Amino acid sequence: MPTVSVKRDLLFKALGRTYTDEEFDELCFEFGLELDEITSEKEIISKEQGDKKAEGASDVVLYKIDVPANRYDLLCLEGLVRGLQVFKERIKAPLYKRVMPNGEIQKLIITEETAKIRPYAVAAVLRNIKFTKDRYDSFIELQEKLHQNICRKRALVAIGAHDLDSLSGPFTFTAKRPSDIKFKPLSKTKEYTACELMNIYKTDNHLKHYLHIIENKPLYPVIYDSNGVVLSMPPIINGNHSKITLNTRNVFIECTGTDFTKAKIVLDIIVTMFSEYCENQFTVEAAEVVFPNGKSYTFPELAYRKEMVRADLINKKVGIRETPENLAKLLTRMCLKSEVIGDGNQIEIEIPPTRADIIHACDIVEDAAIAYGYNNIQMTLPKTYTIANQFPLNKLTELLRHDMAAAGFTEALTFALCSQEDIADKLGVDISATKAVHISNPKTAEFQVARTTLLPGLLKTIAANRKMPLPLKLFEISDIVVKDSSRDVGARNYRHLCAVYYNKNPGFEIIHGLLDRIMQLLDVPPGEKKGGYVIKASEGRRQCLSSLEGSIEKLKMGQRTCPNSL
Amino acid sequence: MAAHAPGAGSGSGCSGAGRDTPSAPGAAMADGPVADVLLRRLEAADGGLDSAELAAELGVEHQAVVGAVKSLQALGEIIEAELRSTKRWELTAEGEEIAREGSHEARVFRSVPPEGLAQSELMRLPSGKVGFSKAMSNKWIRVDKSAADGPRVFRVVDSMEDDVQRRLQLVRGGQAEKLAEKERSELRKRKLLTEVTLKTYWVSKGSAFSTSVSKQEAELSPEMISSGSWRDRPFKPYNFSARGVLPDSGHLHPLLKVRTQFRQIFLEMGFTEMPTDNFIESSFWNFDALFQPQQHPARDQHDTFFLQDPAEALQLPMDYVHRVKRTHSQGGYGSQGYKYTWKLDEARKNLLRTHTTAASARALYRLARKKPFTPIKYFSIDRVFRNETLDATHLAEFHQIEGVVADHGLTLGHLMGVLREFFTKLGITQLRFKPAYNPYTEPSMEVFSYHQGLKKWVEVGNSGLFRPEMLLPMGLPENVSVIAWGLSLERQREPPVPRP
Repeated sequence: MPTVSVKRDLLFKALGRTYTDEEFDELCFEFGLELDEITSEKEIISKEQGDKKAEGASDVVLYKIDVPANRYDLLCLEGLVRGLQVFKERIKAPLYKRVMPNGEIQKLIITEETAKIRPYAVAAVLRNIKFTKDRYDSFIELQEKLHQNICRKRALVAIGAHDLDSLSGPFTFTAKRPSDIKFKPLSKTKEYTACELMNIYKTDNHLKHYLHIIENKPLYPVIYDSNGVVLSMPPIINGNHSKITLNTRNVFIECTGTDFTKAKIVLDIIVTMFSEYCENQFTVEAAEVVFPNGKSYTFPELAYRKEMVRADLINKKVGIRETPENLAKLLTRMCLKSEVIGDGNQIEIEIPPTRADIIHACDIVEDAAIAYGYNNIQMTLPKTYTIANQFPLNKLTELLRHDMAAAGFTEALTFALCSQEDIADKLGVDISATKAVHISNPKTAEFQVARTTLLPGLLKTIAANRKMPLPLKLFEISDIVVKDSSRDVGARNYRHLCAVYYNKNPGFEIIHGLLDRIMQLLDVPPGEKKGGYVIKASEGRRQCLSSLEGSIEKLKMGQRTCPNSL
Repeated sequence: MAAHAPGAGSGSGCSGAGRDTPSAPGAAMADGPVADVLLRRLEAADGGLDSAELAAELGVEHQAVVGAVKSLQALGEIIEAELRSTKRWELTAEGEEIAREGSHEARVFRSVPPEGLAQSELMRLPSGKVGFSKAMSNKWIRVDKSAADGPRVFRVVDSMEDDVQRRLQLVRGGQAEKLAEKERSELRKRKLLTEVTLKTYWVSKGSAFSTSVSKQEAELSPEMISSGSWRDRPFKPYNFSARGVLPDSGHLHPLLKVRTQFRQIFLEMGFTEMPTDNFIESSFWNFDALFQPQQHPARDQHDTFFLQDPAEALQLPMDYVHRVKRTHSQGGYGSQGYKYTWKLDEARKNLLRTHTTAASARALYRLARKKPFTPIKYFSIDRVFRNETLDATHLAEFHQIEGVVADHGLTLGHLMGVLREFFTKLGITQLRFKPAYNPYTEPSMEVFSYHQGLKKWVEVGNSGLFRPEMLLPMGLPENVSVIAWGLSLERQREPPVPRP
């Protein structure tokens, strides 16, 4: 869940009133946000780096607010305020407009070289915008939040914002050999080739995370203006030449990526949020993007979509009885302008470009429920009549667990994942003989395989409890995993029972007695004849231990095979 | 050892059978010779005596004297004992060695002959490394780096005063107070001195002081009964403040006991247990079937354990897969879809399931194929896996508790009603609901309960109505809603035991 950090006083000023922390927390809760932390820059630095470093840092109160992962329209102060003000019916949701420029339209031409690395681009212009320090910071911060979330750390989409007055269109989005790209990147004083930059940024704590996206590709994406000035080398860095400042009045925004839908959403979010500060509020100047196939499109889309939902469907899904008019009002409070039409039971809902999260009627139902207030909904019990059943394997497990404890053994709960060594070398077994399932991306050696036996877990438990008085009598009934090509995923679980007796003397007769007791409980007679159980020595080092392990599933299924080791 | 003996000596005047005289009172002293000596010393002493001093005089462990004091105290007003704590400086093992043989720097100095010594050789001495730098800073020795066979160490002064040794000897002689505070703290920093706190007793005569204290019997024995001697013997009172001896028994694991409680609650509410005995799952069932897009962060290598072997699922229900693919990439069933290129290869990737909802999806798919539709209530409690590095607050595997109800016309109000009943059975009565986002439920709600201890609302679970984009491709009827909720077993405490 993304966390947005906003200055409290700035927020209250924009909301037109102040709240106590508790009141604001309550408002967030109702709206589906979470006031996660109340802090300040000073506090954050002092927590992370100590009091000394925090000296002189700002102690302006910051609210850290958790925003649902699909609400890109709430990732900055501007969006949060707009959402809450509309929710509280203090303002109406703005209508976002795309306008054609008076002069020539800004053009971005995509060449076919981009196809293999970053095939999509969209663009727009924010005309006559007025930045202040706070607005500028918010603008940068929103790009960062979008990059981290919907843009999947710039892999799917990367955003570049440029001072349009420093450039001259049309722009070209192409891909070139890294050695052929040379420019002065943001906050550097000289020019570097792309190869040099990739090396420099290897030690940059912020940028090093994005290098892998293009690093091993033969061609790197790059955007030029008509004079050959580099706007950006997405998704890594912008050029310094077109850097936006507090004085920038006209902003050219480009979003490049591998996911066209997301690139369009990201552009829509940025321009709807910051067109608030344009001379003509909430209007965005169009830009034209020409694709390699010659087709040209105009962006931002800023598409409004109409959905029709029946009022009784909303009532039926939420469990309330509101009139269609009331429901339309509730939805309008969620920035979904709605009205009752047709037979008086139909609600027509307008989905604005800010609400890309609304993809189905169920999303509209949820917004109606939020505006109604989740905690105002009458709780009722469904009349669903059902007879309960236990999963037979779990039922047997529950019964056996209690009898094992009654027999004086203590239950352990150990991890299902372990190292290869645990199930192979340490037990004197070759790993290839285990039929173990292997994990491809463990962060530590502790999680290389799924266990094929419960024994390592119990032995580790004993190792961790060597200080305890003897004897230690442990058991576990749980699942192991082995490869099995007859299953759809190629692997299956087996429910195993394992017990270990640890004392100064071997005590084989004790573990043997436990086995006899288990078999008695399971109604399996001793002796080979009547389908009973026999004990045989197992291969490997395990035979010198007083332990037993076997699959209770096989027993349960009536196969009456003996546990596989003792 | 806990002294559990029958009640205090009986007041019965009846003596035992005449031929056997019980041992005279006082013949056996309370708890052995130390207590005996202590009482006699105390009788002779003026005012009182110190337990540590007595231990030193007797040449016994201080703890033995403390034991005697305690057992005498238990007899009533025989003695009075006042706990005193005194601080004392003691030498560490290294300090003892220096007091005996001189400081490292002094030993280095002494080992340098007038004609000097190769530095490499000096460093090999036991005190070499530590002593060299100290002796250098004391300006007792110097190094000549220009010597032919490597750096050579020479004496600077003819003789020196080993202050460290002298001071430590003072401390050993019990005269630590003669050292300045600064000197002591320097020696402590060098780990030669430690300050120990000694707890001693100042023992004085009690109001019922007597040197002849009869030993109280701890246990009633068959011999006492047959001889009748129990009638005249004093017995120690029970020590109720001691811990009892725990019975020998096996135990169930506490977390799994909570699991049993949750199973019980679901069963009481008429929920049927789903099979969850497959830790290995395909991405298809774990994510795609739940309408979780293929670029979702949860599907990242950082968050999920993928498998190297078997890397891919062998079979998928292809008809259903195509419906899922269409819903993701183009939409359908009233949905806009996610509008991206859905890849079968991505869906085939095997993983360790990240939630039991994968098993719920399988169960709902089976339900959808059974015609006509019958309402169900399902639950499961089993392990799930996340690619984490293990530490105090992160587990790579934990147990997820999940409940699912499918029926015609279920509402958000129904979900809240079921949750209220469920949590009431856990002893949680104050609930409230917060709008939330889950990829596969809409509407979604986080469940909060008021924590009396923390005095705030804490999240206890997540819930919602499964999205139509998940249910309709399975083939469930359009007017069937499925409500579901999940919580983590590891975060639960044992539900309170109901009082009859």
